[in-house]
Amino acid sequence: MNIKILLFGRLTELLGQSVLHMEDVSDTNTLAQRLSSQYPGLAQIKYQVAVNQEIIHGNKALTDGMTVALMPPFSGG
Amino acid sequence: MAVKGKERYARQMILKDFGPAGQQKLYNAKVLVIGAGGLGCPILQYLAAAGVGTLGIVDHDVVELSNLHRQILYSVADVGRLKADCAAEKLSLFNPDINIIAYPLELSNQNAALIMSKFDIIIDGSDNFPTRYMVNDACALLHLPLIYGALSESEGQVAIFNVSDADGRKVNYRDIFPNPPQPGEVLNCAEAGVLGVLPGIIGTMQAAEAIKLISGTGEPLINQMLIYNLYNNSTYKVNLSPDEASQRNLPSDLDAFLQTDYNWFCGIRATTSQIEELSPGEFREMLFDEDYEIIDVREDGELPEATFDHIRIPLSEIRKQVPAIDKDKVILFCHSGVRSILAGEILQEVYPGKEFYSLKGGILRLN
Repeated sequence: MNIKILLFGRLTELLGQSVLHMEDVSDTNTLAQRLSSQYPGLAQIKYQVAVNQEIIHGNKALTDGMTVALMPPFSGG
Repeated sequence: MAVKGKERYARQMILKDFGPAGQQKLYNAKVLVIGAGGLGCPILQYLAAAGVGTLGIVDHDVVELSNLHRQILYSVADVGRLKADCAAEKLSLFNPDINIIAYPLELSNQNAALIMSKFDIIIDGSDNFPTRYMVNDACALLHLPLIYGALSESEGQVAIFNVSDADGRKVNYRDIFPNPPQPGEVLNCAEAGVLGVLPGIIGTMQAAEAIKLISGTGEPLINQMLIYNLYNNSTYKVNLSPDEASQRNLPSDLDAFLQTDYNWFCGIRATTSQIEELSPGEFREMLFDEDYEIIDVREDGELPEATFDHIRIPLSEIRKQVPAIDKDKVILFCHSGVRSILAGEILQEVYPGKEFYSLKGGILRLN
């Protein structure tokens, strides 16, 4: 099972890349927890999650081949 | 009103999806642009050029030299002038047939609803979270379509809020980001930097969405957010959906909106303070417990005078020199519960072993 993770805004800088892959992750909460333990700075940052280009509210189950996007808010204008 | 200057708009009027009907709709539209900066300049320039009949401009800032690499409506001679006035003057030269209204003032929750309700579409070109949440909430309460755009270094987001899709669903900013980030968590253009073309691209996208939405052309970004990356030219589109939990965070009505302090909402103390807040009921129960020191952090002479036992150490004094405190448990209060949290944070740093509490809502809420 492979999940593709797309990073946006400051998350790209924080994680040093714009695309990640994660194996064997059952849901979006587990994915977020695993990323936060790998990249401690991430726990301090708010972001919204989309799965296969659909915004989610709460936790969502993941299956092989899904794409998860992590999108922080932007303020600049 | 009838469209003037057919020749001026000929190239868009011959488009079969737009046509004379689309032009008439633009001429009848009233669009308010919040912010006449990086995003606001291209939004205003293209909407004025396209013949939007009434354009409002809200901005309280003046033109600075460091604005000119991206705010291409202004020139060196404009440095120091109010952006709203300067933009209005230039736009009326671009297109004398449209009505331009400048609001050279700071948009606040006290004036937002009054100004915004004179328009039928709002475009957010602001550069900070308090304004973004305030504009979003006002638009949600007033049922005004909002065309959102925001930047972060090399990326931009664009979306349309408060417009129902085919299923009757509509979303707003809080469905994506229910609560603001902490100050410093997200950098703005002044802090992080931005290439001048990025607001040009994102602002132009916002103008395009406005024109599409007004004229009924194409597929506007209703209930969708587009993310554009300048560096690698990628775009990513996300479908949005309403979230009941987020909706509950919206002010319930305009009265609640008027009471909302958006700077406070987006401020560091709102999200990260370790100081526990006490309800008036909890406060009254603890008043007579001798283990607690009760401190009024208001400045000398501030009314109403507290009628219970307490000492007064103004926040300004605490900032200069942290006072000695005998007891290990301390309840702080002030007028409305803001300064007491600030005082608590200062004291907590110096006395990590002591417990500090703050009266939520301040002495105002006690009676």
